[in-house]
Amino acid sequence: MHLEEELAGGFLIFRVKGELDLNTAEEFRRRAEDAMYQHRCYSLVLNLRKLDFLDSAGLGAILGRYRQVSQRQGRMVIVAPPTHIQTVLEMSGIRKIIPIFASEQKALAG
Amino acid sequence: MELRNEVKLEFPSRAENVGLARVSMAAFAGQLDFTLPDLEEIKVAVSEAVTNCIVHAYGDGTGLIRVSATLGDGSLKVTVEDWGRGITDVEQARQPSFSTEPERMGLGFVFMESFMDKVEVDSNPGRGTRVHMWKECPSPESPEIQET
Repeated sequence: MHLEEELAGGFLIFRVKGELDLNTAEEFRRRAEDAMYQHRCYSLVLNLRKLDFLDSAGLGAILGRYRQVSQRQGRMVIVAPPTHIQTVLEMSGIRKIIPIFASEQKALAG
Repeated sequence: MELRNEVKLEFPSRAENVGLARVSMAAFAGQLDFTLPDLEEIKVAVSEAVTNCIVHAYGDGTGLIRVSATLGDGSLKVTVEDWGRGITDVEQARQPSFSTEPERMGLGFVFMESFMDKVEVDSNPGRGTRVHMWKECPSPESPEIQET
């Protein structure tokens, strides 16, 4: 798992590359939390365009961050998940609570 | 000629091995004509079953996990087994959001059941758990059989 961060338009953008599963969920949690606290930014754009794999352990890590930002009145949106990852998001019900946008630009505008 | 093949993979219950298990099984399943979305679904199902073993079977310790698969009659069967603590109430464990931990979804069995055609769980408390999963590979030549 590779995580790239950028602060833009009041959002912390995380671009996640590779695999989000039991092996990488904890690193994702730690790095996302560190960045949120460091920048004091609790609105997240999660760009999944380059994510190859997501299972329930990875979803747990995403949902955990959603809970954190919600507690701090922040927002969270997901950007550009590949089709097979969209299926997993759909089935988990996460899609009902976290909006999905086609691009970062649309997410920041929306 | 009809393909029949089998493979076995054994490894300690460490998180580093989840990726290896799912990628190996998807590569093996690729010997049949599964579609790419099918192979992605197989990866998720295997990942869930192996993750359950790693997280639940051996407590804080490490134990053996065996993933075996067979191809035959146009379908894939994957068995994921451990020799850990077992599941006392399998029906309860198969329910969505059974998990009590905040960072876990409790969706493992839901994904296995949604992405595979059939899932069977065979568990003995104190002796271990076996999860069997089947997925049919639709044959491009034969039209789908309509249910009457």
